[in-house]
Amino acid sequence: MSRRTRFAVFAVGAAGLVILFVLAAFRLPDFGGRFHPYGERAVTSAIAEKTKNVVSSVNFDQRAFDTVGEELILFASALGAVILLRMVRREREEEAGEHGYGPADVFDALRLTGYLLLPVTLLVGVYIVAHGHLSPGGGFQGGVVLGTALHLLYLTGDYPALARLRPVPVFESAEALGAGAFVVLGLAGAGLLIPMNSVVGLEVGCAFVLVLAKFFEQALLVRTDDAGTEDS
Amino acid sequence: MSHLPYLAAGWILLAGIFGMVTSRNLVHVVVCLSVTQSATYVLLLAIGYRKGGTAPVFSDIKPTGKVVDPVVQAMTLTDIVVNATATALLLALAVQVAKRRGTIDPDELRPLE
Repeated sequence: MSRRTRFAVFAVGAAGLVILFVLAAFRLPDFGGRFHPYGERAVTSAIAEKTKNVVSSVNFDQRAFDTVGEELILFASALGAVILLRMVRREREEEAGEHGYGPADVFDALRLTGYLLLPVTLLVGVYIVAHGHLSPGGGFQGGVVLGTALHLLYLTGDYPALARLRPVPVFESAEALGAGAFVVLGLAGAGLLIPMNSVVGLEVGCAFVLVLAKFFEQALLVRTDDAGTEDS
Repeated sequence: MSHLPYLAAGWILLAGIFGMVTSRNLVHVVVCLSVTQSATYVLLLAIGYRKGGTAPVFSDIKPTGKVVDPVVQAMTLTDIVVNATATALLLALAVQVAKRRGTIDPDELRPLE
């Protein structure tokens, strides 16, 4: 399809979308209105369960079973990304040290900041997971903080240290364990906010670490044999 | 004017699709898809907004306090998680396309040999 045809198809589709969307938007309830039947019921039910963060209550208590589906989407796409980024024929993985991917030449201030922030960020991640039922936060948000916190080490220029800190097989097992535990908790029923938050935190954190690890491998370590000479 | 936020969501949706249609770079396509999907965040949060409402977290407000709709906020959270994972998956595909075909311009990709 040429660019012109593609654009024409888009223009027709967009025109239709605009008409239908505008018509639909004007029949939606007014912005900022008072009519929130589901919201009110969710709030009432969360307060009855003494959960202070209603969003967490909706996700891990009232709609816990739906969150299992979401969790499996996350698991499946992390798995998909890891499979897509695996080594293929004609490729080999280089040792992290082989190309002098040792501590890189970065400013001392940057290195120090990274090392100092790593434990603080991990602590913040744990706090966000653990307080998910009381204050804004929860397993998903905290898991992202935990998973990306480790990569502060990469920003300090020390890829080998990062590679040592996150042995991929361990994180793979933890990821699978988290997903399995979440399905069990989701089927077990309602009211398991704290364990669910923790398990989700574990799984999201591991998923991020795994996917980022695979991207790092692609960028830093994997070389095709015939192009083995052009690198860094 | 009370429907303006909904229309803004529609505008973001169109901007994202336009970017995908005219894109010449697969990474750019993935980012445009993220933009497209963020239209749903705006729409969901706009529907859940309540005038004068605050966040639906009762750690420091009375249980009778006025809050915005928590159900759509939970859905937005789901949406963000799905968006992040879909982005990772698509970027992985883009990496493989770049390796196999040596290009990430969608127009230069031919049907599978």
